[in-house]
Amino acid sequence: MLKSKSFVKKTRKGSIIKVVREHYLRDDIWCGSQACSQCNQQELILEKSPSSGSDICKFPHYLLPDTNVVLHQVDILEDEIIKNCIFLQTVQQEVKHRSLPAYKRIQGLTANPDKKFYVFSNEYHKDTFTERLGGETANDYNDRVIRKAASWYTAHLANCGESPPKVVLLTNDKANQEKAKAEGIITYTVYEYVKSLTEKPLLVDRLAQIEQNERKKDKMDVDIKSGKGKGILYPEHLGMAAIQRGIKEGQYRQGTFLASRENYREGFVSVPGEEKMFFIKGLSNLNRVVQNDAVAIEVLPKHKWTCPSSLIEVDDNVDPEAVNSLESEDDQKASPISASAQPTCRVVGIIKRNWRQYCGTIEPSIMKGGSRHLVRPAEKRIPKIRIETRQAESLLGHRIIVAMDSWPRTSRYPVGHFVKNLGEIGDKDTENQVLLLEHDVPHGPFSETVLSFLPKMPWTITDEDLKLRTDLRWVDVCSVDPPGCTDIDDALHCRPLENGNYEVGVHIADVSHFIKPGNALDDEAADRGTTVYLTDKRIDMVPDLLSSNLCSLRGGEERFAFSVIWELTKDAEILDTKFMKSVIRSRAALTYEEAQLRIDDKSQTDAVATSLRGLLALSKILKKGRLEKGALVLASPEIRFNIDSETHDPIDVQEKMIRETNSMVEEFMLLANTSVARKILGDFTKSSLLRRHPVPPPSQYEMAIKAALARGFKLEIDNGLTLSKSLDEAVMEENPLFNTLLRMLTTRCMTQAVYFSSGTIPEEDFFHFGLASPIYTHFTSPIRRYADLMVHRMLAVAIGYEEVCPELLNQEKVQEICENLNYRHKMAQYAGRASVELHTHIFFRNKVTVEDGYILFVRKNALQVFIPKYGFEGTLFLKEKGKEGLFIYNEQEPSQTAGNVKFCLFDKVRVQISTEMSNLQHQRLKIGLVEPQVPGFSVTSASTAEKNEEPPAKRVKQK
Amino acid sequence: MAGLELLSDQGFRLDGRRPHELRKIQCKMGVFKQADGSAYIEQGNTKALATVYGPHEVTGSRSKIEHDKVLINCQYSMATFSTGERRSRSKGDRKSQEMQLHLKKTFEAAILTQLYPRSQIDIYVQILQADGGNYSACVNAATLAIIDAGIPMKDFVCASTAGFVSDTPIVDISYLEESQGGPELVVALLPKSDQIVEFQVNSRLHLDNFENVLDMAVKGCKDIHAVLSRAVKENVSELASHMNKT
Repeated sequence: MLKSKSFVKKTRKGSIIKVVREHYLRDDIWCGSQACSQCNQQELILEKSPSSGSDICKFPHYLLPDTNVVLHQVDILEDEIIKNCIFLQTVQQEVKHRSLPAYKRIQGLTANPDKKFYVFSNEYHKDTFTERLGGETANDYNDRVIRKAASWYTAHLANCGESPPKVVLLTNDKANQEKAKAEGIITYTVYEYVKSLTEKPLLVDRLAQIEQNERKKDKMDVDIKSGKGKGILYPEHLGMAAIQRGIKEGQYRQGTFLASRENYREGFVSVPGEEKMFFIKGLSNLNRVVQNDAVAIEVLPKHKWTCPSSLIEVDDNVDPEAVNSLESEDDQKASPISASAQPTCRVVGIIKRNWRQYCGTIEPSIMKGGSRHLVRPAEKRIPKIRIETRQAESLLGHRIIVAMDSWPRTSRYPVGHFVKNLGEIGDKDTENQVLLLEHDVPHGPFSETVLSFLPKMPWTITDEDLKLRTDLRWVDVCSVDPPGCTDIDDALHCRPLENGNYEVGVHIADVSHFIKPGNALDDEAADRGTTVYLTDKRIDMVPDLLSSNLCSLRGGEERFAFSVIWELTKDAEILDTKFMKSVIRSRAALTYEEAQLRIDDKSQTDAVATSLRGLLALSKILKKGRLEKGALVLASPEIRFNIDSETHDPIDVQEKMIRETNSMVEEFMLLANTSVARKILGDFTKSSLLRRHPVPPPSQYEMAIKAALARGFKLEIDNGLTLSKSLDEAVMEENPLFNTLLRMLTTRCMTQAVYFSSGTIPEEDFFHFGLASPIYTHFTSPIRRYADLMVHRMLAVAIGYEEVCPELLNQEKVQEICENLNYRHKMAQYAGRASVELHTHIFFRNKVTVEDGYILFVRKNALQVFIPKYGFEGTLFLKEKGKEGLFIYNEQEPSQTAGNVKFCLFDKVRVQISTEMSNLQHQRLKIGLVEPQVPGFSVTSASTAEKNEEPPAKRVKQK
Repeated sequence: MAGLELLSDQGFRLDGRRPHELRKIQCKMGVFKQADGSAYIEQGNTKALATVYGPHEVTGSRSKIEHDKVLINCQYSMATFSTGERRSRSKGDRKSQEMQLHLKKTFEAAILTQLYPRSQIDIYVQILQADGGNYSACVNAATLAIIDAGIPMKDFVCASTAGFVSDTPIVDISYLEESQGGPELVVALLPKSDQIVEFQVNSRLHLDNFENVLDMAVKGCKDIHAVLSRAVKENVSELASHMNKT
């Protein structure tokens, strides 16, 4: 059965050691073709006589792409017209090694039975294995292995009946192609092949633009040799070997590139282990780096250090063939080096690209009928992408998806290709889709397999269930949630005990009862990680039947719950904590407002009302205790849209009201989470899923400290307690919003709270900074967060209700889940914010309003204005064309002065908000200054005259 | 090397084996003439040599003498050239002491010890090349050497290992698979009676999966038994043909 052959490999691990590994060659690997009569196979994936509609290959054939084709042309392979494809193990492994996203997509393809993609383990096959020759490069060896497999297939299939399918090798490498032809293998380049698919002429658009580049590269090499060097815009990237050497010697640093949102010619590189990020300025220093790429940088000598220009700049170039040299573009906006210079660097090489697909819009081309176009991605930090398409006319005004392929030295912009058309700009469905795609939110409907794991309806509670659970149906439980909430996952109760203490219970929907670990439903929920709330819709983590029905603790219905029950003294001291699986019947599902009314209405003395009053009283004590320990009160603007029930357009905006009941519910959720965290850590020392909020390094506060200092307040950032105190003290009487604004700024300085597995970091790092709690987790929202579901499972084991399942004990697996959750969580937040932004845009469409705003940032050429009523920030450009020189920027304060009007941080202004209609492709909100008036700059608005309000606080420069 | 895919989607391990397949075994009995019994075994790239002396009078301190059974003395060592990096190893390091103890226990359970009271049997095993599953190679080699020495045993002792990768048990794991840190089961079995004489688990393995992995290891032991008993039979028939000639 085994044919053994061992061979020798050398690997480097500091020193050179010889590694001997066995390699067994087999004779039981089958070809996977239905046409084959020789193989003794079970899985027949490849069709007997496949047809593809290719002009150049009219015979039935299977495709065999080489590594580069797979790597760069996944978009093509994903098209439904491409079927019956053989992936070699060699190709698969090389792809995995070079690009994980591409590898994942390929795995998706092979898993799809409709695509009929077969993976052939050629390296274990006795006839297709070859040894690497001495002096042969890895690339040459791989090419040879691929050719060998191709010729084996050709020979193998030739014996299979009449008109057997043939194998077509797809490769873009010319040398490889020639060798393959010499060996009698049919071979084409992808370009040739795709062009020959007459049924789908538009597929050509989706070809990655690699081929042309190669041609151009040849030309460029000639250019360089002949000393012309024309057309080369960017410095060369160093090779991998040189980068590694440089990093080892300390000459270069390795980091991740983060582009600036405000200025397309600036960015930062975050280097692990460095507290401060390195700054990069100028296109040639950026040297074709794109957001999130792993790069090697060289720190510039000190005299070349500079700082962010605090200019807000948008790349307005629309010429896809732009070749004006970068220096001129850089120079013309160069600024004098200021005193606050920070470590500045330049990119010397790219270690790993982290490109994905991007949503964007096509820019109207200046040349009519040209096939080259620029696409402006929706994400501001991504440069424009040059694509080639013949359907530009029909794509104009649509949202499209493009992929980036490469960024040659000769091209001002990265080169990419068109992938998909999403729909018209401004259409709400399209826009929603864009923001879901941009934030990588899985939003498809649940698959049949997933749904098959749902409980069968009608669902009832059986006696079996009651035996296992504590019956709490007699307790007067109620839930308090925002209005319109259908996924109610928490309910509360409070009742006085005979000894004068209180019994308080938090009852959480028992989702883990319905979702068992490891099945498709669980996998899907784990992948989604969280429910995403957009302004007008909700992308559920679990199917609707669970989220809005069986798990939702609706009023008057019997539901399963996971209960935490404390005995508290009058002073809210915990005497005893119990955890139990239970059955409850919520007496009422209240909104915050209703709950508040019941509490305030003294005439109501029923069980629910008294229970709520008890809860409120206790929560106030708890909150006070928490704040004394140094928990922070932070601020972020939250607004609600009133949505028109028919058009689904927003018709009104209001700020979210914060009532006492909000903080009442929050307080008990915090208490439950902390109690549960302690409990599960006891049983799962190494693999508890917890949540921590790292203490931010002092340098991150700089922005907030500076801002507070400008108004004469000092932020104490030594620890949470002093910070929270100094924030409380920073109150300005003439500017009631000042405190909120300062808190907003401070919030932005904070790091994000993250999930983690308890074994991965030392216990003193478990600290949750924002809540000032030594340990914390999420337990209270299992319907909408997967983390809570995991915690439920752990708690169920900890109380002996359930047997432990292997995943829960595996520290690495828990950490892996945590990382996905952190990512999804962050993305869900961003998506939510983007959705609010989108609705703000729709709201202001065809509308001009004048509102109060506050200056949040002062930049060199703009003011960042926060408008509390709508909870958004807008940019007020000060140096528009023809109006330069009006404002004088003072970097120290910072402030902007025009004539006798001075603008400082936190100043109140009145602004006019409208939608800029000049650029249909990229609508943005336009902000114009109304008051204080700056002659020649302010917009005069009809509505200002009408409104006879008090003039806003104005600071007149004194002479 | 983290994240090495030990089992491909097509169901192949890194060296081309399927999960239930052993490495190639080659063995030879009676490699040395001066010892009472000796054997050499190759399990893939793991190579072990075993020699057996005895039963003979107890050497050294008389206090070691056991009055109702034979004293089994095991020594385990690794050749300096057995790993990728040449390193001279001291004889009494903790690892080999532990291994010695395990081997001793294993063979105390298998050899009919009550037949030779007040005497001693020495088992010397040396790993010539290490590539995972050192213990099992030692046990298998020692079994052959003991048979070669003509010492009566209850049964063959066959040892094998099993690991657990992406929810699939894999048998006879190599060094590469061992070093990824997954769970590892080491089993020494008396194949005819299905009795386990030695059993170790490294790293954590959940009880739900335990049964499957153990079954795989036991199956590995039985496969090894088939190979070993064939080798013994061949050896015996060879010896018999020699005898006939003389």
